[in-house]
Amino acid sequence: MIRKTALAPPLVAGPTPQSKMTNPLVVIEPRKGLFELDLAAVWQYRELVYFLVWRDVKVRYKQTALGAAWVILQPLMTMAIFTVIFSYFAKIPSDGLPYPVFAYAALLPWNYFSQALSRSGNSMIGNAHLITKVYFPRLIIPLASTFTPAVDLLVSVVPLLGLMIWYGVSPTRGVLVLPLFLLLALVTALSVGLWLSPIHVRYHDVGYVTPFLIQLWMYASPVIYPVSLVPEHWRLLYSFNPMAGVIEGFRWALLGKQSPDFAVMAVSAALVVALLLAGLVFFKHMESSFADIV
Amino acid sequence: MSAIAIRVESISKQYKIGVRKYRHDTLRDQLMDGLRSLFRHNGRPQRAGDTIWALKDVSFEVKQGEVIGIIGANGAGKSTLLKILSRITEPTSGRAEIYGRVGSLLEVGTGFDRELTGRENIYLNGAILGMTKREIDRKFDEIVAFSGVEKFIETPIKRYSSGMYVRLAFAVAAHLEPEILIVDEVLAVGDAAFQKKCLGKMQEVAGRGRTVLFVSHNLGAVQNLCERVLVLSHGQMEYLGNTYQGINAYLGTTTVSGNGYVDLSSHPARWPGCLPLLTAVRLLDASGTPKGRFLTGETMRIELTFDPVIPIDHPKFGIGVEDCLGARVFSLTTDLSPSVLPPLRDPCQIICHIQELPLTPGRYTLSLSAGTFENGLMDALGHAVAFDVELGDFFGTGKTEANLGRVLVKSLWERTER
Repeated sequence: MIRKTALAPPLVAGPTPQSKMTNPLVVIEPRKGLFELDLAAVWQYRELVYFLVWRDVKVRYKQTALGAAWVILQPLMTMAIFTVIFSYFAKIPSDGLPYPVFAYAALLPWNYFSQALSRSGNSMIGNAHLITKVYFPRLIIPLASTFTPAVDLLVSVVPLLGLMIWYGVSPTRGVLVLPLFLLLALVTALSVGLWLSPIHVRYHDVGYVTPFLIQLWMYASPVIYPVSLVPEHWRLLYSFNPMAGVIEGFRWALLGKQSPDFAVMAVSAALVVALLLAGLVFFKHMESSFADIV
Repeated sequence: MSAIAIRVESISKQYKIGVRKYRHDTLRDQLMDGLRSLFRHNGRPQRAGDTIWALKDVSFEVKQGEVIGIIGANGAGKSTLLKILSRITEPTSGRAEIYGRVGSLLEVGTGFDRELTGRENIYLNGAILGMTKREIDRKFDEIVAFSGVEKFIETPIKRYSSGMYVRLAFAVAAHLEPEILIVDEVLAVGDAAFQKKCLGKMQEVAGRGRTVLFVSHNLGAVQNLCERVLVLSHGQMEYLGNTYQGINAYLGTTTVSGNGYVDLSSHPARWPGCLPLLTAVRLLDASGTPKGRFLTGETMRIELTFDPVIPIDHPKFGIGVEDCLGARVFSLTTDLSPSVLPPLRDPCQIICHIQELPLTPGRYTLSLSAGTFENGLMDALGHAVAFDVELGDFFGTGKTEANLGRVLVKSLWERTER
């Protein structure tokens, strides 16, 4: 365990430093405590989060002919395919909303979430070259990788505005709480990522499991169908999926659909926070061995 | 008394070699293993054979403003020690206290992204090394000037030559301003002129009262920069103190001198990626007696045992003679010699004759290489064998003197009338 001592003297047993000496800035020793999260160090390195996000955004569409247009094209094409298959062919209802808008409003948070989850799950392996050569709080890596797709999300809001004008759908005042829904999606992705990425360092199986997990999760979320299609007696269990709340929240805020059950959402948010805290402890616990086994 | 910068107290680091060899790389293996180890009291491996101690019980102190060199053979634990002090990995036991901001440079260009431009990489790399954006803004022009790639600063670095890449990377690193600088073998890259520039920068850093921990195989650079050296051998501290003596101690541990014979088949000084074609080296005198101690002016025969593995039509051999600081004194190569070796098919002995050893007294080492005209270098070992030279009658006059330099050359003198 490595501890930064800002003002307090080192909390470790051992020979006391000579009187004239100042306290060590850093003490390096094997980690003992389970709950030393050292979040202050993460805050100290906040600029690195910015630079890693900036790098990922910059590098992503280098050497592509269409460049950043892909950020918009991808959800639009997915929306078109969904509309053809699920609306025209399968006749899935969309609670009275035009299906393209209905799907696109869900694809915004869902694409963000699936990107954030897969990126953070792979993040430690993807940045192995940094982990073995430089010190910084390792938490920075999954953190930065959940922020990166948020940039895409912001850009892909633009075509939604066009769609809403085209179909004559107007947003509600709920738009103001949209950032909270996004935050919930971010924290959910991060807390799962905190579990997946350390395991991934040790077992590359995670690289195969994650896409499958994301696919399952999409079917368990109201991306292509409305919640009203879920049988009544499953509804409560279903809404504990935080992404169900997030997607319903987006549709409510943007399209004026019936609001999600905020009480249930609060419970699922609390579960996510618990998962996040446990994930932090787990991540910190695994952190010390990253450089040795990655 | 100056203050302590780093205090290391019996630091040890154990690696599980099983993990390194991907024994538990899939979940299934681990589940099986997990079931077996369920009843063990903790996760630590029980059998000694599964682990190695990369560092064992290393303790030392570094004072503020001191420049310390860390030397040792490959696998001696140098990098592990630096990784622990840079907080990249944790020690298995022991502890270290660090008084000051640490900047560590275990590699140049960590985190460089090939798609980004030089400018963008300066910011990214700087941030990764721990600089703030304001700090980088302030030093940006200086970094660019130091790197000498001004013209290409807006070009993606994938279009850079490897030399430009290294120069840019080192330029960023050189502008870190930590109180304690930890440097691994980064000077081994780049051309001679740039290496000199880097060494100059390091000296400048050291001169400003910074503490520097410096790992290098370049013993000349170590001698030049460091006040003290720490010699590691098999994870343990072999010596700590005076640079000159430390370097001699190091050369004494890596090479078996005395009988002038070294088995090279699995020698730690073999370069990475080389085939073990040179399997042994033996030093003989004129009568064919192996020995590790020669007299100046004596005949020396260097006998290499060579196993070609595949038939070699045009073999090439090279022997470099280095002094106790690792500096090359002279080289002996088949390329430059009038001798022609026949094609080699089977294991054989290759013998190089030195008629009159021109070296002044001291400890020397030999670096060996073997290759072919077709394939180039196939095997190489640095400082593979050591030998001592004692004062002998080189000039055939019965007279000699100390402090004549490194090499003796016979000369004739005359006076001409004009």
